Amino acid sequence: MPDVLTDQLPLFPFRSPADDPFVPVTAADRHALDAPVSRVRLPTGGWTWLVTRHADVRTMLRSDAFSADAYRTGFPLLRPNPPDSPDNRRGGFIRMDGDQHQRLRRMLTAEFMIKNIRRIEPLIDGIVDRALDDLIAAGQPADLIADFALPVPSLVICHLLGVPYADHAFFQSRSRDLLDRSVPMERIRAAIADLRGYLHQLIETEHAAGARGDNLLSRLITERVDTGELETGELVGMALLLLIAGHETTANMIGLSTLLLLQHPQHFAALRSDPDLADTMVEELLRYLTIVRSGLPRVAIRDTEVGGQPIRAGEGVTALLSLANRDDTSFTGDPDDFDPYREARQHLAFGFGVHQCIGQPLARAELRVALVRLARRLPNLRLAADPGRLPTRDMSVVYGLAELPVAW
Amino acid sequence: MHIEADRDVCIGAGNCVLTLPKVFDQDDEGLVTLLEPDPPDDEAELVGRAVRLCPSGAIRITA
Repeated sequence: MPDVLTDQLPLFPFRSPADDPFVPVTAADRHALDAPVSRVRLPTGGWTWLVTRHADVRTMLRSDAFSADAYRTGFPLLRPNPPDSPDNRRGGFIRMDGDQHQRLRRMLTAEFMIKNIRRIEPLIDGIVDRALDDLIAAGQPADLIADFALPVPSLVICHLLGVPYADHAFFQSRSRDLLDRSVPMERIRAAIADLRGYLHQLIETEHAAGARGDNLLSRLITERVDTGELETGELVGMALLLLIAGHETTANMIGLSTLLLLQHPQHFAALRSDPDLADTMVEELLRYLTIVRSGLPRVAIRDTEVGGQPIRAGEGVTALLSLANRDDTSFTGDPDDFDPYREARQHLAFGFGVHQCIGQPLARAELRVALVRLARRLPNLRLAADPGRLPTRDMSVVYGLAELPVAW
Repeated sequence: MHIEADRDVCIGAGNCVLTLPKVFDQDDEGLVTLLEPDPPDDEAELVGRAVRLCPSGAIRITA
């Protein structure tokens, strides 16, 4: 049992200062943490251990002493779970452990492997160029989020999955609801039902038509559903996960990266003159921005320890990726500085352990192409708003800017 | 040096392929396969990095 009253603990998740989206945790909040593994209060009541060191986060996320199943007792929730229902959880392997998780994830590893992502790079190039054509044609000022950062990854994931982009308004609004901690439960349940219903119908229609499309859903229908290895309901859950993760994360990375580069014009210009820098810069952007700001939650399923702190079975533990990515024992120089020449590949922005982001080769390619083309085609890009007053997505699991007014 | 890779542990994140494509590759299922199980010593640093970056602990240096 904790030896301090829960209501005296710092409240988690932390928020960035309203005028600086690049500070993941304020100095005051950092100061309130009394140890590298310490307790914080959850908005749902109760508390979680917060793991903040790079080495400890790696150990924790690789350990089988922790479960990713959000319905287990003690799981550190940022908002209540929808009522438990096997139908709603089917296929959602991000919240599964062990063999159950591996069975579903393995059906997707070939889809996202590096050589397959290289193969679709011309498609990404084309999508980025057309999005920039549209942005330029629509005139300035423009909202870079709505007109570029969001459509690019959304078009890419739709193409890969075989989901009609024409329906993007429908699934984008519901995805955003699912990630937003301030949305009431009723709307969360409706969003899940809507998206599952939509994807179920899409898969059934595709199946009935012979699933001959050159896309992920068609391939999984013929190779896994038709062979009896996978149920349609499971494929629905997998598609839901990929659809949400595939556009929200990259979209927020493109938006925040652009704002950061506008504040560092020499680095924005370097993307144009030194294309080799882009890969290193993307890693540093992933580290520095770490958009999954509320971290990765787990629950201990047996007594264990992290960083010398004993953890008991049933206790919640949260890996705070944003602070781990600013750990000065794991990154050279001052980790609070943005330095695109830094060796940042060891960052934990994609997580670590068996759940590490399956789409990371795709995310890296999209970010690189989007930022390099933006720097080339709009070299005079500038912010068309007060930088201290940009609306941010503070209540979302995936942090980012709600708008980014720009001119060129 | 000698490297071993465990397909049963691999999760296909591809960090090793990104780090050292001469030595590591992904097979038809997206899982790790070794192109060069005994890389020359001048690759030691990059092999070490690939091992450290592997999220699931599927690769190790055995000799």
